[in-house]
Amino acid sequence: MTAPPAPPRPAQNSVQPLRHSLVLLSVLAIFWLLWSGHTEPLLLTFGAISCLVVTALCRRMQIVDDEGAPLHLGLRPLVYALWLGKEVIEANLHVTRRILDPRLPIQPQLIRLKASQTGDLTRVIYANSITLTPGTVSVDIQGEEIVVHALTRTAADEDKSGEMDRRVTRLEGSDR
Amino acid sequence: MRTQGALLVELLELLINVLSWICLLTGSFFSVVGGIGLLRLPDFYSRLHGGGITDTMGAGMIILGLLLQAVLTGLVAATVTPWLIAAKLIMVFFFLMITSPSSCHALAQAALQDGLQPKLPDQTDS
Repeated sequence: MTAPPAPPRPAQNSVQPLRHSLVLLSVLAIFWLLWSGHTEPLLLTFGAISCLVVTALCRRMQIVDDEGAPLHLGLRPLVYALWLGKEVIEANLHVTRRILDPRLPIQPQLIRLKASQTGDLTRVIYANSITLTPGTVSVDIQGEEIVVHALTRTAADEDKSGEMDRRVTRLEGSDR
Repeated sequence: MRTQGALLVELLELLINVLSWICLLTGSFFSVVGGIGLLRLPDFYSRLHGGGITDTMGAGMIILGLLLQAVLTGLVAATVTPWLIAAKLIMVFFFLMITSPSSCHALAQAALQDGLQPKLPDQTDS
């Protein structure tokens, strides 16, 4: 699957393009095979039937949209996940050092961060990334802002720099 | 030359095994640190950060260590089962990385809505 340079975004969630259903069906089939490991014809038939039923149910529930099958993100989340992994490891080492320090040098604080994402999915990715990074927990979303509880000043400054915000926003595509 | 090949395979297995145990022990260390954080940190909100270490580095490194063990078994076994286990471990890791911050956020927001105020020291000190 190659990431198209500028995928046109469907108008709203109500549209359920066939492309999304096909991707959902293939993903379900792949996971069924990976998780069961069965190759007997009878069980394969059962697997195929259950994949089809799940896809049909999802279409009926109208959840086969950009959120359920985020094709428009392409392969960019993979690059972002690698960067996030590096950040999470650095933050872990930082918080570990503070916790094991006998003086417990922490400066708990509440800060407000601007979330510049336009989509719900990317905003959730941003808020979850903040929480996943030890030292910061997203507590509340108020309009365009995310309220974050930070354990130390360093952790707060790291988030205030806005690099994570920019990187998540870039997931939505550069043409906006 | 068959012996030399066998030696190489044995070395590779040893290397993977050592790497795996380094990951497992690192993961255990960070899990314990998360527990220490839960005990030492002063209030509910800051304790969430301690739990965060166990959720990310603790669980992550232990799964990585188990993944290497699955690869180790897969290299010598004749079946695909170890590779299927490896795939499952990757999915477990993926779901953990989505569910643990979600539950952490749910806890924090429930506490905030219930009116629990975070302990914030003066911004002027150290």
